[in-house]
Amino acid sequence: MIEALEGSQALARAVVLCRPGVVAAYPITPQTHIVENISKLVADGVTDLELVSVESEFSAASVAMGAAAAGSRAYTASASQGILLMSEVLFNISGLRIPLVMHCANRAIGAPLNIWNDQSDSMAVRDAGWIQIYCADNQEAIDSTVQAYRIAERTELPVMVCVDGFTLTHTLESLELPSQEQVDGYLPDYVYRRSLNVRQPISQGTLVGPDVFPEARHSHHQALINAIPEIERANADWAAVCGRDGGALLTVEGDPDAEIGILAIGSTIGTLAEAMEEFPDYPKVRLIKLRVFRPFPIEALRAACAGLRKLAVIERAFSAGMGGIVGTEVRANVPGVTVYNYAIGLGGRDIPLTIYPRILDAIAGDDTRFQILDVDLSRLPEEDR
Amino acid sequence: MSATDSQTAEVKVDIAQLRRRQPRFQGLESGHRACLGCGEALAARLVLESAGPNVMIANATGCLEVFSTAWPESAWRVPWVHSLFENTAAVAAGMEAALKHQRQTAKVLAFAGDGGTFDIGFQAVSGMLERGHNVMFVCFDNEAYMNTGIQRSGSTPHAAATTTSPAGRERMGKRHLKKDIVSIISAHHIPYAATATVAYPSDLRKKVRRAIDVEGPSFLHVHSPCPLGWGHDSDKSIQVSRLAVETGLFPIIELERGELTSVMPIRHPRPVVEYLKLQNRFRHLFADDARAREELEHLQALADYNIEVYGLLGDGPDPLDTNGVDSVRRGGAKWA
Repeated sequence: MIEALEGSQALARAVVLCRPGVVAAYPITPQTHIVENISKLVADGVTDLELVSVESEFSAASVAMGAAAAGSRAYTASASQGILLMSEVLFNISGLRIPLVMHCANRAIGAPLNIWNDQSDSMAVRDAGWIQIYCADNQEAIDSTVQAYRIAERTELPVMVCVDGFTLTHTLESLELPSQEQVDGYLPDYVYRRSLNVRQPISQGTLVGPDVFPEARHSHHQALINAIPEIERANADWAAVCGRDGGALLTVEGDPDAEIGILAIGSTIGTLAEAMEEFPDYPKVRLIKLRVFRPFPIEALRAACAGLRKLAVIERAFSAGMGGIVGTEVRANVPGVTVYNYAIGLGGRDIPLTIYPRILDAIAGDDTRFQILDVDLSRLPEEDR
Repeated sequence: MSATDSQTAEVKVDIAQLRRRQPRFQGLESGHRACLGCGEALAARLVLESAGPNVMIANATGCLEVFSTAWPESAWRVPWVHSLFENTAAVAAGMEAALKHQRQTAKVLAFAGDGGTFDIGFQAVSGMLERGHNVMFVCFDNEAYMNTGIQRSGSTPHAAATTTSPAGRERMGKRHLKKDIVSIISAHHIPYAATATVAYPSDLRKKVRRAIDVEGPSFLHVHSPCPLGWGHDSDKSIQVSRLAVETGLFPIIELERGELTSVMPIRHPRPVVEYLKLQNRFRHLFADDARAREELEHLQALADYNIEVYGLLGDGPDPLDTNGVDSVRRGGAKWA
């Protein structure tokens, strides 16, 4: 059934459809609506999950981790400063290979304090060893949430489902939630081979010395690489259940034969697709929607970029003192394509449709240096320009 | 033997022998890598002997975690997980929430040192207590960061020398007081909080049983000597811990819902110097120095304060004429 729902409300219901045993969270804008909605579903008796309203994001991730280790499907959500506060736990969860799912309601990181959308938070923890899925719209976010549990539990890797704060979380859309039967048929009961169990005691999180540590790290890396076909299967199987296919690793839209491409992640892609229609005088481009950033889908990316002459990588975060994050990784993996790299929409700056011609104008030249494309340098002192 | 036989047959039982042969649950096995005389290893073993096999442990980073689980070995016979230094109470809370949802009965224990309880893990402990999780939190207090090489913590006693509060020409060891953790914990009005030491194992065991039986959060603060960090002989751990009690520096108490309900009396308190002189961390206090004498007086005053506020001298004549601590009104006896 199609309903008009706020993104957060839909995500809360999607999470509950996955039948988690324990949900732990700490309030932070723009994640709060998700957890508020879950709390209401608990209060209304729609779900019997244990809701643990903790005293920090650090404990939110830790409670979820402990619950998943003790044999219950678990969930948490955060954003921005909260992601940074829980970052130590995020590394720990993935290192312990605990299957957990969380939402990151993407928001900028201060200082200066800013509550609006960009992706500096999830990008800052890209090395935490989690699978990262970026959603272009709320329907994708719903479907990715259900898929994330299956991916996490099959690969024993945690999954962070990233949804742009406000742009998605606070936007009302017409959305289709799956039925409980659909989710139950797709997602089996929670099974974690290394659950803590008094009948079969195991020790988890032991001290590992130099004699084994590199092997442990390699095994984690390899598990992420091996997750790629699992992510593809999860998407294909879910598409078979509900008839919607949001794309697995990435999706190519626009003109598939164009020699000029734009790659973006998250909700920006919708703006670009709309703009392509809005500016018919500009050439159509190959639009690449990168859904999975970790593991980085090198093969799929190369295939999507085959025949491209120029590619603009658009992102909502960057590494200060270096440049783009997604752009740098793409550039390293698509030989023969000239990669231009721009950050836009930092700290929630609106991304207008006119960004599309602006990008195309920028990549007409030869300057491939990273830029914040929508920055107004005239507002800065001379030495900062 | 039939039921009738059992009524008529003369039963000869050597109680002492029977007690020796009675198997005790070994949750923490021998063979781990703790130092000789480690108070924390002994305390953890005693706690698990009483806790039994129907438990799961969340363990903070620290000596206990490191000496017990160098991969691929583990000394634990119960489910055990180590996540991080500061999140033990939260991990335990998550485990408890999961077991509750699964309708399982195992008790969740959280093990941490003083760093993981007083300092870096404090917020998570407070949150877990406030939310009323059915978790028994045990703080093995060896009064400094021993695993990283004896640095001062919020639990390090006043005037003790550590590698980050050394004694020198300008300083007499740690300048600040030991944090009164049990009062802070108790102020959460949790059902049960108690202090114990490895010097009184039967008291510790009774308190573990009591803390396990409580529905809701319970807290045990266990004085656990560290021969390496405190600078005493390995065979003196029990003696040192006993003196901490007998001097009044470490009162043995029980608190329920924020109220003091039981105190182990010390009828003839020993002077604090008897405790201090056994340990190198207080060696500088025995120099011929006015400041050293002042610090000794200060520490004696802290012990006197405890004796006063907790009524450690007891509240009546002692029928057995003992020092108190060994036999009369032993803490936890109420629940034996």
